[in-house]
Formats: sequence, C-alpha cells, structure tokens
Amino acid sequence: MGLGALALILIFLNVYTDALDPVRSRLASLATPFYWIADTPRSILEWGQETVRTREQLEEENELMKAELLIHKRKLQQMASLSAENVRLRQLLNSADMVRDRVLVAELIGVSPDPLTHRVIINKGRKHGVYLGQPLLDAQGLMGQVVEVNDFASQVLLITDTTHALPVQINRNGVRAVAEGTGDLYQLKLRHLANTVDIEEGDLLVSSGLGQRFPVGYPVATVTSVIHDPGQPFARVEALPEAQLNRSRHVLLVFSGEGGRVTADSLKDPIDDNSAADKSSQSQADDGRRSSATGE
Amino acid sequence: MVTAHNRHVIFLTYLVALLLMVIPIGWENNWLRPEFVPMLVIYWVMVLPQQSSLLLLWLLGCFQDLLEGAMLGQHAMALMIVAYVCLLSYQRIRNYTLWHQTFFVFVLVGLNQLVDNWVHSLQGSAAPTLVFLLPALTSALIWPVVWTLLEFLRMRYRIS
Repeated sequence: MGLGALALILIFLNVYTDALDPVRSRLASLATPFYWIADTPRSILEWGQETVRTREQLEEENELMKAELLIHKRKLQQMASLSAENVRLRQLLNSADMVRDRVLVAELIGVSPDPLTHRVIINKGRKHGVYLGQPLLDAQGLMGQVVEVNDFASQVLLITDTTHALPVQINRNGVRAVAEGTGDLYQLKLRHLANTVDIEEGDLLVSSGLGQRFPVGYPVATVTSVIHDPGQPFARVEALPEAQLNRSRHVLLVFSGEGGRVTADSLKDPIDDNSAADKSSQSQADDGRRSSATGE
Repeated sequence: MVTAHNRHVIFLTYLVALLLMVIPIGWENNWLRPEFVPMLVIYWVMVLPQQSSLLLLWLLGCFQDLLEGAMLGQHAMALMIVAYVCLLSYQRIRNYTLWHQTFFVFVLVGLNQLVDNWVHSLQGSAAPTLVFLLPALTSALIWPVVWTLLEFLRMRYRIS
C-alpha cells in the first residue's frame, strides 16, 4: 500500500512539477547500456552486410551516389548566388544577419518501446557537446529536440509526440502557426488557424524559429488536408512530417548559429557549415566544385 | 523455513525481460510486444510469494520507467497492483490449468496496461482506442511458452 502511494506521489510530482527532472537525468544513464545491447544484433548484421558486399553492388551504389551528388551540386550552385543576394538584400534593409549552423552527425541506437511516447535514443551525449533542447534533423527535415542528456547518449522527443509542439510558418506566404504532435507518427496538427487563413494542400511548413528553440527555415511537414467546417471556429489542418521519423538511422544535431555569420564572402564555400562534423564530405565538396568549375 | 537458493537467477530473468522490452521491432509492431516484466512478476510472485520483495519490484518498475522514458512511478504503480492481486490469489492460480492461467494473465496484464494508460492520460497522451489492451492479449498468448521456460529454469537451478 505504502509503495503504491509512493508511486502515485512520484507520478503526480512528475505531471505537475519538474522537481524530479534532475533525478531523472542523473539516473537515465543507467538505462543506456540496455539500448546499446539491444542494438548490437542489428549493428553486427549491418556490419556483416557492409563487409560481404560484392563488387557489382558497390559499383552500382557508387554510380547512384555520384548521380545524386551531381543533382545536389547543381542545386548548390544556384544556392550560392541566391544566398549572396539574400545577404545583400538584408544588408540593404539593415536587418539581422543570417547565421550559419554547425552540425554533428549522430546515430540512432534505440526507440522507446512505449507506442504512446515518441522518443528515440541517439549515440551522442554531453561528452560530445549535446545540450538540452538541441534540435535534431535528418536528411529530409526536422525530427525533434533533445529532452534528456547523459554522458554518451541522449533521448530525443520527436515532433509527433502528443506533448510536443513547435512554431512553424508556411513557406509560400509566411503565415505563422503552431504544429502539434498527435501521437501518430505520420501526422501533425496545426492548432488555432482561422478559417480565412491562406493555406492549401501541399504547402510546405518550415520552422519559424520563434520559440528560440529550433533554427529558422528547416522543413517540418507538408500539409495533407485542410478542412473548413463553418460550424467550427478554426480550420482543421493536418500535415505529414517531412523527416523520416520511422526510418532514419543517421541524424544531425544542430548547434544553432555557432558557425558564425553569413557574409557575402563566406558564401563562396556553401557546404562548410559542417566543417566540424565531417571533414571528408567537405573535401569531397571542394573537389566537386573544382571539377564543375573546370567543366564550365 | 525456506533458505534462499540461486536467487540471482531471478534477477537475471528480470534483466532479460527488460532487454526484451527495448529490442527494436518497429513502430507498427510496438503494440504487439508482450509485457514481459509484469509476466515475470506474475510468475515469481505466484511460485515464491513469501520470497517476493515488493520494494525490489517497486524499484524494478522505476527502472522500467527510466528505460522507456515514461513518467517516474508509472510502471512502479502498475507492478504494485499486479503484484498485490497476485499475492492475494497465488494459492488459486497455482492450481489452475495452463490455459486457465492464460486468462488470468490476460486480466492482470490488462490491469497493468490500464494503469499505464491512465498515467498517460494525465499527460494527455492516452491511447485513442482500446488498442492499449493488445499487449495483454499477446502476453496471454505467449504465457504458456514463458511459463514452461521459467518452470524449466526453476527446476534446473532449484530456485527457492
């Protein structure tokens, strides 16, 4: 009886105060080994598949990656001039400078087994500079934010968790909204959006940076349905998250604005925002630019 | 007077259960994952009621909360209720046939899920449908296997 009451007290302390947070984060590192162990069969399997790959498979993959790289490079060529233009316009307007983000590549090592909480565990922690509230991205878009940091691992709350909400704006016209998790991995909801607001199916929602938590301009979701019910005060808007919340293994931790200011000069090197993260990709990008320059 | 023998095996079975709880099986299948920890609690309380420590079970529940990123006390609360019902009725369950026991496991794990879902509802993240009872069903289905394995372990290592 006494223990049950103690558990109840703990639950209510958790729900209504944050007095237990320091205790939690201190103890949570005890749980990490379980995720490491549970993840080993998969990582061994992956390692096995990598090592016994045939030459043809590798060549094929190489071919695909080269094609993909070429496409991205073309986009980057345009981006350099566009961002330079953006910087100049901002200077004309005397508005704030754009800042560059530094990123750190991390790997997913676990997923919370509770279907009602959307949390994942990544293999980077305090020792790698991860901090509470840090945004997490994958190749497609925003995934979530760090809610618990241990020494060598941290827990990330995904944007689809029912306790999560983030400020977004419609990329097309800049209308601001709040995207709320629904507990469904493939759905976000926009709250309190008036019936008259200009929003359509297929609109891209990007982070607006208003909460001071997520950096500006990362894709969050695509609007999938807009329902105007005259009987309701607000429109019902649903969106599909851009990030592959279910599939991504390699993710990016963003250090907002630590990469220094963006100036017209620094734009000559469009990819060096992850200079600290991986040198290899940077050198590759340098090579690429040189070859494309000679191509012209 | 019963003397403790090979008690650490019990501890090891709980470790394995916790590990089974975090093995990745994909988001879509997460509702089908049997609740191994309450099942083990049912078994060990049923066969060794005098030797079961509620305090240790409470700590186990808290550890499960840490593991799953749940609210501290959520699983502790659920396990307390499961263990309490078990302690009240172990004399009867022991004499049930195996298939009769599976019904009992369904009810107890269902109770566990009910408490879980109630705690979630405080946070606003409760399951929208009765889907949260699915683990109780899968637990009941897998119970004969778990029971046979644990009986074998108990005989083999003469745990008392």
